Amino acid sequence: MKAVLAGFLSGALFAAGLVISGMTQPGKVTGFLDVTGAWDPSLALVMVGAIGVHFIGRWLLARRSAPALAAAFENPIPTRVDAPLVVGSAVFGIGWGIAGFCPGPAIVAAGAGVDGLLFVFGMGGGIALHHFARSLFASRGAADVSVRPLAVDASPTTDG
Amino acid sequence: MSTFTPISALLGGALIGASATAVWALHGRIAGVSGIMDRALGAPAREPWRVAFLVGLVAVGLLVAVLSPGSVGHAAVSSSAVVLAGVLVGFGTRLGNGCTSGHGVCGLARLSVRSLVATTTFIAAGVVSTYVTLHGIGAVR
Repeated sequence: MKAVLAGFLSGALFAAGLVISGMTQPGKVTGFLDVTGAWDPSLALVMVGAIGVHFIGRWLLARRSAPALAAAFENPIPTRVDAPLVVGSAVFGIGWGIAGFCPGPAIVAAGAGVDGLLFVFGMGGGIALHHFARSLFASRGAADVSVRPLAVDASPTTDG
Repeated sequence: MSTFTPISALLGGALIGASATAVWALHGRIAGVSGIMDRALGAPAREPWRVAFLVGLVAVGLLVAVLSPGSVGHAAVSSSAVVLAGVLVGFGTRLGNGCTSGHGVCGLARLSVRSLVATTTFIAAGVVSTYVTLHGIGAVR
């Protein structure tokens, strides 16, 4: 119950930050990405504020052996730069630039209007598509000994 | 168009960083929204804090819709383009294992090289796709 309440409050705090910083307005996001137009650098400062506070927070918590409401911190965190990381990030960036929504702001916007709802609906489809593609590779790997099935399971799942 | 708002950007960003820190301190997890959504959809009963986090996001959206509807804007493209963008973002963030929050905020804050590569890549791709959307396809329409 504590974990649920904490999760809800963390989500609300996250959303408040997105609304205050203007990130729930797609025009503000594309205003940053549209470097050839009237460039709006606000998004960069949102990241500076968020990274700065979180960097200090992580540093302060570095000596803790376990989180307050769970058994352990999430580990290990992957370090290898690979093709899925780059290709996936590029596909994400293309979608981000088209609508001006990334996952957090879109889910907040889903509570406020049709565009957010449509976007999150599409996101659910994209996530399902990824699961489907993964399972295809996994079953192919199982049938063909030359493709190691472990390669799929070994793909990192913990850095975002 | 949109204007530079440095104070609210830094303040809002600080709240996002505080939330990510709370998620790490309390749940021991990375506050990556795409990952939270993926796992909440996949196994909602296993770690209910993820579902609660998403409910918190939506609840603020509902509140804002009532109190300050202008704070949540609309996309500049058609509804079908919004859905398509959502599919690309859903698939891409899962393949790349993170989005603006997981890689851009949490990953960079813990000095991850993977997240630096991911963030550079999605911002570059976003710049190109925004250009094509606003000045290519959009300009024709």
